[in-house]
Amino acid sequence: MNNHLLFDFNVDKAAKTIFITREFNAGLSLVWDAFTKQELLDRWAAPAPMRCKTKYMNFEVGGRRFYAMISPEGQERWVIQEYTSITPKTNFKLHNAFADQDENPELPGSEWDHNFSEQNGVTTVNISIFNESLERMEKLSDGFRKGYILMLENLEELFATLAQEL
Amino acid sequence: MKQDIFQAIADPTRRAILTLLTIQALTPNVMAEKFDMSRQAVSKHIKVLQECELIKPVPSGREIHYYFNVKKMQEFDIWLAQLKQNWETQFNQLDELLSTIKEQKI
Repeated sequence: MNNHLLFDFNVDKAAKTIFITREFNAGLSLVWDAFTKQELLDRWAAPAPMRCKTKYMNFEVGGRRFYAMISPEGQERWVIQEYTSITPKTNFKLHNAFADQDENPELPGSEWDHNFSEQNGVTTVNISIFNESLERMEKLSDGFRKGYILMLENLEELFATLAQEL
Repeated sequence: MKQDIFQAIADPTRRAILTLLTIQALTPNVMAEKFDMSRQAVSKHIKVLQECELIKPVPSGREIHYYFNVKKMQEFDIWLAQLKQNWETQFNQLDELLSTIKEQKI
């Protein structure tokens, strides 16, 4: 369906920055809304089988989106995204940090920059993510992934035990 | 404090040392010669690279050869590939959402 749409993912390790470019087959207003409105973000912004749920969101400079990434088993990983700059339908920047469920951030986080442009009904989104420590980011997200794998393994063990009992 | 890979490779001299080590293992003396640096300066770079496990020392006789630790770099690349996959999955979900909304509007 979307194989003609551009997707680029580049990492500059020395500059500690990830560059992402993606085209969408939709107008600028709609794509902007998908990135900046809570009810739309919650419908796409976590890779399946994970999902995300926004607790609250104020899309304004100094405002925040506080949301949870939720695994199929219900394990939650909280994230704070604080908006540092907004130019409507053109650009917004945010500071991203993992957090606990009481909204205490695990610093340092990363700086995200989003740029939007439209040509012939196709909207291009450029995202750059600067992280003071990509390795630390790896550890944080890796801890979550490992927890998730561990839970799956527990489940497999449980199934095996149940099968023996039957 | 333990060194971060990215702090380690942000330095051009350390990147050059790593590049050389991908070709062959070297002793600190040879490194100092190749880069025209003092033994002290080389030791400092080695310490940083070793702390983040990008190189590993292997003693041979009275000397120590430093090797490039390929595995450390690969671990990170695997994680990045996973991250890329996650973004791709999310964007495909967004494609579907966008087309659903567009259909509703028509």
